[in-house]
This record gives sequence, structure tokens and C-alpha cells, in this order.
Amino acid sequence: MQALSLRKLTKTYKNGVQALKGIDLDVAEGDFFALLGPNGAGKTTAIGIISSLVSKTSGTAQVFGHDVDTDLEAAKSCLGLVPQEINFNQFEKVSTILVNQAGFYGIRRETAKERVEYWLKQLQLWDKRDAISRTLSGGMKRRLMIARALIHAPRLLILDEPTAGVDIEVRRSMWEFLRRINEEGTTIILTTHYLEEAESLCRHIAIIDEGRIIENDRMSTVLRKLHTETFVLNLRQPLAAVPALPGYRLARTDDQTLEVEITKEQNLNEVFAALSASGLEVISMRNKANRLEELFMRLVEGRDLGTGQAKAAGAGE
Amino acid sequence: MNDATRAASAATPPSNLAGGGHRLVGFYTIVIREFSRIIRIWGQTIVPPVITATLYFIIFGSLIGRRIGDMGGFSYMQYIAPGLIMMSVITSSYGNVVSSFFGAKFGRHIEELLVSPLPNWLIVLGYVTGGLMRGLLVGLVVTLVSLFFTHLHVEHPLIVIAAVLLTSVVFSLGGFVNAVFAKNFDQISFVPTFILTPMTYLGGVFYSIAMLPGWAQAVSKANPILYMVNAFRYGFLGHSDVHVGFSFLFMVVAVVVLFAACVWLMEKGTGIRD
Repeated sequence: MQALSLRKLTKTYKNGVQALKGIDLDVAEGDFFALLGPNGAGKTTAIGIISSLVSKTSGTAQVFGHDVDTDLEAAKSCLGLVPQEINFNQFEKVSTILVNQAGFYGIRRETAKERVEYWLKQLQLWDKRDAISRTLSGGMKRRLMIARALIHAPRLLILDEPTAGVDIEVRRSMWEFLRRINEEGTTIILTTHYLEEAESLCRHIAIIDEGRIIENDRMSTVLRKLHTETFVLNLRQPLAAVPALPGYRLARTDDQTLEVEITKEQNLNEVFAALSASGLEVISMRNKANRLEELFMRLVEGRDLGTGQAKAAGAGE
Repeated sequence: MNDATRAASAATPPSNLAGGGHRLVGFYTIVIREFSRIIRIWGQTIVPPVITATLYFIIFGSLIGRRIGDMGGFSYMQYIAPGLIMMSVITSSYGNVVSSFFGAKFGRHIEELLVSPLPNWLIVLGYVTGGLMRGLLVGLVVTLVSLFFTHLHVEHPLIVIAAVLLTSVVFSLGGFVNAVFAKNFDQISFVPTFILTPMTYLGGVFYSIAMLPGWAQAVSKANPILYMVNAFRYGFLGHSDVHVGFSFLFMVVAVVVLFAACVWLMEKGTGIRD
């Protein structure tokens, strides 16, 4: 069963901006799916249409087989949304926000209170249950929105940049939490600008750019398409000049740091050998960017992936 | 899960929608939330209209009213009491819905309702019930205050109840329409300040239109508030400047038309969906 199915989905805003240009997308039940793209690519518009906060121009959207045009109540009932912006009443108590949200989904107050206790404890907010929500920290507000989205036990949870602006400790605890609820059966669609997050959590990925899906596959398959990687080498000795190494692209970033771009056909051994021959000793090495980030940049900038397909490679039109 | 099970599962509505009971729970959740808001900010929702009405009773009723003498066969204080109660109901009902719904739009927590499976008509009904609750609560308090100044005789109790309910619903719906179109806080205070207040003052709260010249009477009869105030006053005093049957017909039609308009605006997403 598909948790989400979009067909030829388009959206043109009143100002003429075409945010979506006919996207097709399927997300399988139980998946942990990354929907990535630069700012303004159309991610939030797509999420808005699925959750009925934005009216579509044409196309279809189904949530667990329920069409948002003909079976909206059932589609909405299957869906939990964590939006990008804080959108709860900042003058209400934490527990009140959650009990009310449960009520909007038809959950009676007695049951709702039990669920509120469960989710607030799961998200380490139980101590704040009587706090006015505007007094919470940024990370707590994000976790409150996750609790609110889960209060009616949705089968599909959509998180639109849930970790934006939260510190690394909170972010990592949120990752663990999301992994756990996904393992327990909730399908998750995640949009994020932290590509390390997407690479670490998600099994499938779609990249959307200028209203079109330009990549849509398993995470491992997509990452294999990355033809080149850039490594940063830290040297023991100061570097007078960039050593000559035919076929390799080397760049000096400071006296003791060298960047080298390696394609799949090349290998690091040759680089190390050449550097040793020049009397240079490498004391440490790291990836310049994580693999998904590098791939993402190449895709949205339309640069060569090495497969000769570039930007149009995964275009889903 | 085999194909048949999958197909059945796709066709089956989620369990919390079974029987449509979720709508009733959703409705009373909105109503409880609105009532909590009214009580939480009582200094803004209950007190100001009561103070305003009390000042009117003191100034127009006790001080100036004694010099005015009788109106329509009743003391001036008795005559204006129903109008002042109705004025409080109108401004409170309208103000509650316009500020609550616009506040939800502004703070974006209206999205909590928009993503939920509640139908649009139920969301409108919930907000209107909130306006009705505040209108009736303020109306009740102003009625109790009026008892310190005059004796309130109720000639037709059912007409009093019907008139106050319908008027409150009409202005709650009006507040909803205003909130849907409003883009900033100025736009939610424009209608109450520049339209609603003058119409209320000129709607027969403080005087009988029989005192006016012919042309002014004709103009006054174009003011819908005149019919509401007079229907309410008729319930108390048995006296009205206009035909009470027409007043009720007007209010019922206004409720139906405005409710349909509010639901249509919600379906269309005016002011709330891109």
C-alpha cells in the first residue's frame, strides 16, 4: 500500500509563480522518506496540498488510498503534520494544546489526556505540561509540534524541517525518537536542510527543484550516483606549491590544507604516493561535505554527475 | 498483508471517523476552547461592555433620562434597557468571533483545525457558538446590572429569547466574515468602529423612530439593527417601532445567508489557504 501517492500535481499561485509543475511521487507504507530541495523548490507547497492547507491547481493526491478531493476527512485522519513554522496558540498551556488537537480528531478528552501524558513523556516535555507554550525553548516548541502531530496516531507523519534551529543534542534525540516511531510502523516523510539528517534517517529520497522531481530512488542507489568526492587533507608540513598530479584536481586552501577531488575511477593511494614523493605527510583527512550534500549540490546546480545525465537525470516528469 | 486486505484497508475510513462521532467531539472541543478563551481574558471580553452599559444607564438613564420623560408609554430607563442589553450582545458576539478567528489566522493556529478531519461547516458552527456564548454571557450580566436601575418587565419571554439568540448568531457570523477577509488588526476594528457602532446608535437603542421626521424614519428602516433591537424590546415591553414578524423573518434569512456565505468562504479557502 502506498502511504502517499501524487500524480501530475501542479500548483500555480495567484501571482503566477508555478510552484509545482506536475510531480509524481509514491511513498510506500512504513518508509522513512526524505523530500529534499532548495528553498522555494516546492516542498512546502506539496506538503500544503497533501494536508489541505494549500489548494492544488491540478492533479491528484491520495493518502493511504484516500483521495484529498473525494475522501478528504479520511485522508486528513491518516495524516499528522509538523509544519515548518510554529503554529500553536502561544497563550495556551502545553497540555491544553494537545487535548484540543486530539478533540479535533474525534478523540474524547479522557482518552486524549492519557495520550497527552504518553507523548509528553516520550518527548521529554511532561514537566512542561502546565507551562504556557510561549515560554518553551525553541527545541521544546518543535517537540510539542511533534507530540501534537502524533496525538491522533496518524499512519503518515510529515515533518517539514522539524530540527531547524535546534541544538545538536536535541536534534540527535529527535532523530532517535523518529527512528523509533518509524520502526513501530509510522510512515515518515521528512524535509530538511540538514542533509546529514536525511542520509542518516531515510531509506528513500526525492529531490525537488523548481517544481519538478529531479531524483527519486533508494538512498543507497542515489548515493552511488555520486561520481566524485572532495577530500580535505591536513598536512604536517607547510605547503609551498600545489604538487603536480596529472588527472587529479588539487587545490590549496591554506598553508597546511589541501583539497583533492577524486572520481570513481581514481584512488587515494595515488594521491598519497604523490604527496609522499613531494615530501608531504598527511596527518588527517575528511570529506569536504557529506555525500548526500555533495550529490544534492551537484543535482540542483545541474553539474555533471559523471554519468552524463546531469540535472535531467532523475527528472520525474 | 495480501492484496484483498490492502484494498479493504484503503476503502475503510480510519477508526476515529466511524459513525461520524468525531464531529460531535470536535464541535465541543472548539466550543470548550472558545469558552476557555472568553473566561481566560475576561478583562477584555466581559468587563468592558458591562462598564460601558453601566455608564449608559447612569448617564442616559438616571441623569438625562429623568428630564426626557416617558417614551412609548414607558420610563426612559425602561425603554433603553432592552436596547442597551442588545447593544452589548451585538458588540460582544461580533467581537468574539472576529478577534478569535483572526487571532487564529494571525497566529497560524487555525491550521490545527484546517488539517483536522472536521468539515468547514462545523468549524464555522464552533466559532459562532463561541460568539453566542459571549454574547449571552455579557447580555446576562448587563441585564443584571440594569436591574439596579430599573424594573424589567418581560411581556413575551420566548420572543426575548428568540430575538437575542438570532441577533447574536447573525453578528457572530458577521464577525466571522470580517475575520476571513481581514489581513491585519486594523481591518478587524474597522467594521465595529465605523459601521457597527453608528448602526447600533442609530438603530433605535436610545430613541423611538416615531420621534424622527419622515425621511429619517425611512432611512432608519434600512438599518437591520433597528429590527433586532425592536424585536427584543417588544419581548420586554410589548412595544415596537416595526413589525416584529418582519424582524424575525429578516433575522432568520440573515442567519441562513451568512452561514452559507461563511461555509462557502471556508471551502474556497478565502484568507486562509493560498
